[in-house]
Amino acid sequence: MTTVLQALPLVFVLIGMTLYVVLAGADFGAGLWQLFSGGGEEGEQVREHAHDSMGPVWEANHVWLIFVITVLWTAYPRAFSSIASTLAVPLFIALIGIIFRGAAYAFRAGARSQRESGAIDTVFSLSSILAPFALGAAVGGIATNRVPVGNAAGALFSSWLNPTSIFIGVLSVLSGAYLAAVYLAADAARDADPAIERAFRLRALGAGVAAGGVAVAGLFVVNADSHQLFHSLLTGRALPAVIISFIAGVVTIVLVYIRRYEPARYCAAGAVAAVVLGWVLSRWPTILPGLTIHQAAAGHDTLVWVVAAVVGGGVILFPSLGFLFRLTLAGRFASDAEPPPSKPTGLGMPDIRPRLLTRSAIACVIVGFLLLNIADADWEHAVGVVLLITFIVLGFRVIVFPALGQGPAAPAD
Amino acid sequence: MQALSFAVHIPLVAFGIAFPVMVLFVEWLGHRTSDGLYLTLARRWSRVMLALFGVGVITGTVLSFEMGLLWPNFTGTFGAVFGLGFAIEGFSFFLEAIFIGIYVYGWGKLSARVHMLSGIPIVITGFTGSLMVISVNAWMNHPGGFRLAGGKVIDVDPFKALFANTYLWHELVHMYVAGYIVVGFIVSGCYAFARLRGRWTRYERTGLVVPLTIAALASPIQILVGDWAARVVATTQPIKLAAIEGLYKTTRGAPEHILGWYTANQVKYGIAIPRLLSILAFHSLNAKIEGLDAVPPDQRPPVNVVRVSFQLMVGIGTLLAVLGVAYLVIWLRHKRLPRGRWFYQAVVLAGPLSVVALIAGWVVTEVGRQPWVVYGVMRTNAAVTGAHGIPVSYGVLAASYVLVACGLVWVLRRLAGAPLELPPDRDPPELAAGGVTP
Repeated sequence: MTTVLQALPLVFVLIGMTLYVVLAGADFGAGLWQLFSGGGEEGEQVREHAHDSMGPVWEANHVWLIFVITVLWTAYPRAFSSIASTLAVPLFIALIGIIFRGAAYAFRAGARSQRESGAIDTVFSLSSILAPFALGAAVGGIATNRVPVGNAAGALFSSWLNPTSIFIGVLSVLSGAYLAAVYLAADAARDADPAIERAFRLRALGAGVAAGGVAVAGLFVVNADSHQLFHSLLTGRALPAVIISFIAGVVTIVLVYIRRYEPARYCAAGAVAAVVLGWVLSRWPTILPGLTIHQAAAGHDTLVWVVAAVVGGGVILFPSLGFLFRLTLAGRFASDAEPPPSKPTGLGMPDIRPRLLTRSAIACVIVGFLLLNIADADWEHAVGVVLLITFIVLGFRVIVFPALGQGPAAPAD
Repeated sequence: MQALSFAVHIPLVAFGIAFPVMVLFVEWLGHRTSDGLYLTLARRWSRVMLALFGVGVITGTVLSFEMGLLWPNFTGTFGAVFGLGFAIEGFSFFLEAIFIGIYVYGWGKLSARVHMLSGIPIVITGFTGSLMVISVNAWMNHPGGFRLAGGKVIDVDPFKALFANTYLWHELVHMYVAGYIVVGFIVSGCYAFARLRGRWTRYERTGLVVPLTIAALASPIQILVGDWAARVVATTQPIKLAAIEGLYKTTRGAPEHILGWYTANQVKYGIAIPRLLSILAFHSLNAKIEGLDAVPPDQRPPVNVVRVSFQLMVGIGTLLAVLGVAYLVIWLRHKRLPRGRWFYQAVVLAGPLSVVALIAGWVVTEVGRQPWVVYGVMRTNAAVTGAHGIPVSYGVLAASYVLVACGLVWVLRRLAGAPLELPPDRDPPELAAGGVTP
């Protein structure tokens, strides 16, 4: 029971990580395609398409990372602090990437000319490449046992600038590019835009083949760099997962080829999930060198609360997320979507009884003041706060409706 | 470095707390009266809300990274105690992101009812999210819900640590009211500026009245809430109070100093009001106030930083309250908005000032807690990272923030400058071309 409880948050973290790789990876990838969109009319269309498709979802995609981090540090505080201190540099680079990405996204709203939006897109794209690379490199450091337990106990640079890290970093960028192209092609197919669809289908195939090639070549890199990791991936518990990942990788490219984009996305997600799972299985129950999951896990009560919070949150979260994706995928946010008819209500400003409201508001503020600031008991303070807030609400009603009802006053002086 | 990120993040939090309520109110008014003006205004505001939220996502991510990057021992030791708060905060943030997407991109695409409903979770999650962060801070100021045995944390009860904390409630109320004040004054400040420039139609008037009324009502209340908060501090963190007041010797019937500078164990050049501190803190002329001499020198916070910040917060807060009361009195007596130019100039100033007060308030509570990161349990220097290169990354981060801030100003100007159509033809064309509209 304890083991299950200790492992459960890790399962959440892995699910969160997989979703982050798949959803935010696509998001990063879209940025990459904006950089390599080429010039001219078509390039502009490609960029616009990439931007518009991601608009409604990018913020939601990114919060997965925050989710992973908070669960990790609550449930496995020691592991988290070791990772964060040794891998401070790549995490910081990822951070800078995410800052500029997000900022570029938020600010594109203000761009008017093509030159402006082009400049913003460039910042956006560069940071879209930087961030997944740095995150992948950090994962590589953990995978090759270069992160020991302790406050900044590992090497500051070689922990993430090593062959395996670079390989995983490159792979992250490429798989993001692949996922993005698949998603964007599907989106274009839905909007019946064959030119854009063709463009992204070709990109998807190219990126998919490249990612597959790098993945296979990477195995040799891993073998040379960290034979132990290579060995544990290709023997025992992890092997089935690696094989599944390989098959899923091949199938997803075939699916794109025959233009079945939706299954292709799930298949690609499966490939990512399988390899993540295989990696964890291969080192189970160790998280960091010399630190097993039992040693790393927080106390019983904390774990119970974390699990309860995640499950409770998930119950609210997933339907909401589903609602968002359904609206997005159904094209409800597309610019030519018809708004539903709304019937005019024709009600005027709400009627209020100003005199009564004013008096109640003043009564609230006086009694609230006495209870909060003169009296000393806790319950009196609580009632006082409620009364003072009531004062704000009542006062707002008294003033705002008549004030809005008045015509525009003459400009001051 | 974290302080820098906090300073950038906090005003955005204020917007997360208070702005959705205002946007929804105006939209509701629009649907109710079928008046396109309100809908246009709400839609404008919702775009600003999205841009600010986007930046908030970034600074929030930065902060959660920094918790690990800068304070590995803090999270490593106490992650189990307070992490739950951040986990729930993460969820709230997530839901907020989802519904803000639906709300802003669904404008004109969803029916009025569904659209309004999709706005409500933004309000709720804005509330729960910041509630969680404040509960963690309250825990750092007044730790509980765990025991220490040989340097290890045992018997952790996160629920008790975070929510059964007497320190939570005043911090929460104080921050919330502050959120409404800051947003109220900043937003209305924009329209007050427009009025000073001679632009004064029903649109500007609405944009001014809604937030300004809230801020005017909230700012006097904030003084009462602040007094309550100070009394809680007096009983639970006497040294923080001593630093706030620059009180060196433990004194009965302690005086209150206004302005001045703390040096050589006393406040110089200040105006002393006899016994006021004892009255304010404990409602008694002769109450004993613990001074800084009650603890050894290495457990005292930097007095002048805390003291000046506190004076700044209270001073600005008082000015804002006076401005708010002026607005209310003019309304009660004449049933109209103030006409004087001075009033609108003051409102324009009030926005930035309220942000200063907000940040100063956080400086008081955070620096006033030094040298502890967890009050009385863990020292700040024991929590910090052992990694090198912190100054370098500090510089890079500061530079990026400056860039982001410039970008934000630029985009907000653009959003504000977009031409207005009354009543709107469903979609202001400039904004559609801008790219936010899908």
